[in-house]
Amino acid sequence: MWIEVVGGSRHVPAPGSFVSAHRWTEVTVSARMVLRRLGGGLLVLWLVSILTFLLVQLIPGDPAEVIAGENATVEEVARIRTELGLGQPVLEQYLNWFSGILRGDLGDSLFTNRSVATTIAEAAPPTVVITTMAILVAVVIGVTAGIAAGLTQGSWIDRAVSAAATLGIAMPSFWLAMVLVSVFALTNPWLPATGYVDVRSGFGVWLSHVILPSTALGLATAAELARHTRGCVADVLTRPYVRTARARGASGVWLIRRHILRNAAIPVVTVLGLQTGRLLGGAIVVEAVFGISGLGSLAINSVLQRDYPMIQGYVLFSAVVVVAINLIVDLAYGWINPKVRTA
Amino acid sequence: MTTATISTTVSKRPRHVARSLLRRPASAAAIGFVALLVFLAIAGPLVSPHDPETQDLGNRFAGLSSTHLLGTDEFGRDVASRIIQATRIAIVAPLIAVGVGLLIGLPLGLWAGLRRGAVDAIAGRLADTILSLPALVGALAIVAVLGPGLVNAMLAVGIIFSPGLFRVVRGATLSVAEETFVDSAEAIGSSTRRTLWVHILPNIAAPLLVQVTILMGVALLAEASLSFIGLGVQPPDASWGSMLKSAYNNQFESPFSVVPSGIAMVLTVLAFNTIGDSIRDAVGLRRRT
Amino acid sequence: MTTGQGQPVGEPLLAVEGLTIDLPGRQPGLVQDVTFEVRKGRAVALIGESGCGKTLTSMAVLGLLPPAVRVSAGAIRFDGVDLLRCSARQLRQIRGGPVGMVFQEPMSSLNPTMTVGDQIAEVRRLHLKERRSVALRQARELLTRVGIPNADRRLRSYPHELSGGMQQRVMIAAAIACEPKLLIADEPTTALDVTIQAEILELLRDLRDSLELAVLLVTHDLGVVADFCDDVVVMYAGHIAERTSVDELFYRPRHPYSSALLASVPQSGRARTKLNVIAGRVPSAGQFPGGCRFEPRCEHSVESVCRLPQADTAVDDGHRTRCGRVASGDLILEGAVRG
Repeated sequence: MWIEVVGGSRHVPAPGSFVSAHRWTEVTVSARMVLRRLGGGLLVLWLVSILTFLLVQLIPGDPAEVIAGENATVEEVARIRTELGLGQPVLEQYLNWFSGILRGDLGDSLFTNRSVATTIAEAAPPTVVITTMAILVAVVIGVTAGIAAGLTQGSWIDRAVSAAATLGIAMPSFWLAMVLVSVFALTNPWLPATGYVDVRSGFGVWLSHVILPSTALGLATAAELARHTRGCVADVLTRPYVRTARARGASGVWLIRRHILRNAAIPVVTVLGLQTGRLLGGAIVVEAVFGISGLGSLAINSVLQRDYPMIQGYVLFSAVVVVAINLIVDLAYGWINPKVRTA
Repeated sequence: MTTATISTTVSKRPRHVARSLLRRPASAAAIGFVALLVFLAIAGPLVSPHDPETQDLGNRFAGLSSTHLLGTDEFGRDVASRIIQATRIAIVAPLIAVGVGLLIGLPLGLWAGLRRGAVDAIAGRLADTILSLPALVGALAIVAVLGPGLVNAMLAVGIIFSPGLFRVVRGATLSVAEETFVDSAEAIGSSTRRTLWVHILPNIAAPLLVQVTILMGVALLAEASLSFIGLGVQPPDASWGSMLKSAYNNQFESPFSVVPSGIAMVLTVLAFNTIGDSIRDAVGLRRRT
Repeated sequence: MTTGQGQPVGEPLLAVEGLTIDLPGRQPGLVQDVTFEVRKGRAVALIGESGCGKTLTSMAVLGLLPPAVRVSAGAIRFDGVDLLRCSARQLRQIRGGPVGMVFQEPMSSLNPTMTVGDQIAEVRRLHLKERRSVALRQARELLTRVGIPNADRRLRSYPHELSGGMQQRVMIAAAIACEPKLLIADEPTTALDVTIQAEILELLRDLRDSLELAVLLVTHDLGVVADFCDDVVVMYAGHIAERTSVDELFYRPRHPYSSALLASVPQSGRARTKLNVIAGRVPSAGQFPGGCRFEPRCEHSVESVCRLPQADTAVDDGHRTRCGRVASGDLILEGAVRG
């Protein structure tokens, strides 16, 4: 993964802006880059599918017996064995399983007998919403605090942000969730302590249910982002081009927006991409605290019930999300950093 | 990704690093705190004010008092004593996880960094694959195979740590392997194993130590998370994470009960992070990106 | 190319008086008691080895000193306004407006994430409040003006897509975007190839004539000075060693440091048996000698005179030196060019 310290911004062409051969080369180059990244992502996903498949094979003893549990009848064990196709040679099992995945068939749950893909699709919305909102919280708080700290190095703001970030990184998100519930739901009954409602039940109700979980989930990432943003802003401030901009009469918001943030954004975007995996993991526990039945509780229950097709589906789904987000980050990277775009 | 990049051959002497750690107030306090935890983990029963298992159902959720410094829990057990008892897991669980991570990541990383070749290619690919999964998701999947329980959970966390450690070790080894002293050791017939352990390992100790210290904190958080969702420590054993779980179950009755074990955990992670960052600064490594 | 020898009359465009720059708490006197002026249409060179304070002096004019560094005494008057005491707003209006600035390394001095066109247009948008589209049109003109072919396309290039010489042309285009009266150029050719150096200098000369620009040129290259400038300020270890016209400097240097500098340049027409290099190093700030700062490296030093602090003294009309021996007539130095 390339991380460059310098570079990066948004080029917004003026209305009625010129189209030229020059742009064309950029377009083809970035198309090639996209394809290369896409290929890399697909390779990783394929390898994840192998590891996921091997999960069942690695269960100590006879997987079917372990899955069925101690009190299972012989028929039940046999049913599980056929359901998972455990009788066939391993390679054949994998090929069957993998061709199913390619058709979007992740198998059926061993407990509900419902399709894994459908179950995941049903459980996903709350998790997606909370994770997305957590990213929003992280970006708004983390980037703002980081910029403030970076621009005022050595000030009380800077010190306060650094201290808060150090603390935020050390704090488990589910504990933070409990503390938030304590303060904002139990001691002061301002917000609901548990549950999730769909946005169709009304924006206000929805927001009141989403705000605590996504804050709890997002603050650690905010702390991480604040640290990085501060470092990037501090670094950009020492660059000669900032001095040049000041020599041209740029200052204040103009200077910060056009010269400092554009350049500081590049490493920050990378860090944000790396943090999405962490957020997906954190969501499992935060959902548990708030009693939200999303992917997290699905995952926990599946592990406790040893519902392997479900676990496999969940792992694959997570990997797809992470790979997709990294791809988006890569593209965003090329988009904001002209050096990458044409390199 | 640049995880701890290295100027290893100029690595300063351990004694110098230790002295500079103890001279800074933050890292000295952090080291003191971890030392206290280790002491409590070993000598806990001798110093704990009450028996951590004794129930007193007439005295549930007692507030802070001189008899119960941190109050009592849902069975009337002394919270302070239970926190002291749980330090054992707070120290041992991260050690298991990091130990497993090192067991896998260290030899592979050393070999891959020195010899490259197929080991490097395969292990590197595998590392990329595992790192593409969210850490907790990966750990969950492994626990699903191994079954719940503290040791299994920490094994799983250790396996998830191994690709990161592999990368750090491999990167550091790569840069050390370019040094002439490695060539001269090989020239006088040092075996690969000897080259790795005697010549390279001491020179990559600094970045490795930084990574290990920080992973101790991460492992503690992972233990707490897994115990909280019921896949880690099983009752009647108690860790700070499982204490948080029962505090959570009783949050309506006693909102304060989430505080003590949570603070203990935050302070411990903070201490590990501070030590890690201080070692990094003391040996002059670049910050994490 | 020089505009006559007689001293011009009237107010100077830029007057630096008694400028002293410190690193508070650590190093006093990075630049000490520096006085010089730049008149309309004249090019003044600020010359010296690296670490002599010439760049700091030029940065101080527009208030662009590094964060920890402070001006502790003196005045910098531009067009009658003291830039050290004017409001931040006033200073912003002068930066990029009546005073343009060109920096040493064009690659790192241009914003990598902004198109060349936007960086030039920025100046006009900031100062003339032009709309982006209008300013970009002007930027296109400016690119042509500084000799960049294919201006339409280049307008939308990013700095890394241009060569070093082209980048420096872009810097110059941005610096002259609002038709400044004064151009401050900090080593504008140092980072470039020799052939490109000549082209950039030619461009600056052309702009100087057509825009009647006054130029403050910071350099360590005597060739550039001879080629381009009218007056010269020789700096050594934070002090002005000598201040005079370029012709005077080459014919009649009045400070041993200047003559040593002149001697260190390989001369055509002279046998190049030995390249003179001044022995020793520039002392770093805080370790300046108590007497003449050049004394430890000076081949003409005399203990009785040179161990004492030296005063800035006028020796001729418009020719000042900080060498006591020269000022008293005790020492006569040889010029690089003999008449």
